[in-house]
Amino acid sequence: MNGVISLWVYEKKLQYPVRVNGPNPWLAKMILTQYGEPDGELAASLKYLTQRYTMPLSQAKALLTDIGTEELAHMEIIAALVYNLIKDASLEEIKRAGLDGYFTDHDRALYFVNASGAPWTAAYIQSKGDPITDLYENMAAEEKARSTYEYLIQLSDDPDVTDTLKFLREREIVHFQRFGEALKLTYDYLERKKYFY
Amino acid sequence: MALEFTCLDLNLYLDTHPEDYRALSDFNQCAQQLAQAKKEYESLYGPLLNYGQSPSPNAWRWVEDPWPWETIF
Repeated sequence: MNGVISLWVYEKKLQYPVRVNGPNPWLAKMILTQYGEPDGELAASLKYLTQRYTMPLSQAKALLTDIGTEELAHMEIIAALVYNLIKDASLEEIKRAGLDGYFTDHDRALYFVNASGAPWTAAYIQSKGDPITDLYENMAAEEKARSTYEYLIQLSDDPDVTDTLKFLREREIVHFQRFGEALKLTYDYLERKKYFY
Repeated sequence: MALEFTCLDLNLYLDTHPEDYRALSDFNQCAQQLAQAKKEYESLYGPLLNYGQSPSPNAWRWVEDPWPWETIF
């Protein structure tokens, strides 16, 4: 193969099944926050993929590539949940759920907002250049996302949706763990470097 | 789905434990089973991957519904 080929490949399936028990625009509005909040799936993905370029350690570059990619799969799960919860909702149900403002701007389309309607912004992307700073940031971000999933699980009145939310919550815990290991590897590497140079 | 998840999780683990050869052997075994399962899936339901990473013999099945978010299990 000639030249540098860097690409993502789309796999036509979800990472985890999505089931819903009928329209529920109220729950859709809450879950949409994982699409558009500062520690939601989009922000997480873009942040990790962006931080890779200034990571000194190869293991950390690999981990950020792989978790950044997994976050895109989670973004699609969130989108599938929201889409299925609002696609057959009546206008009356949408109004009662407080989604009428959202409907005015986006109909039943997906859009990056948090549960209170605040739109996503690039200011959410934390990319500081210091690998220690960035890895601590990611650990905190995973914990924040885990907290949000826990609040969503408490709120959810659809057991099938709760099941998917529990899977996503677990992934935050695994990512937190892996970032902690990457942080330790990076600390060790930076310590060693002091002797050699 | 289960195989894919196992491979993915082992992948993340190996990123921070590249010298764990037991995990590596598990990963390679999983990857082999996954490749076989995907082949079977694709022969039934069409290509899973775009950009030429999955074959599409006889017909261009990439455009077939349902898309992942349209499948209610």
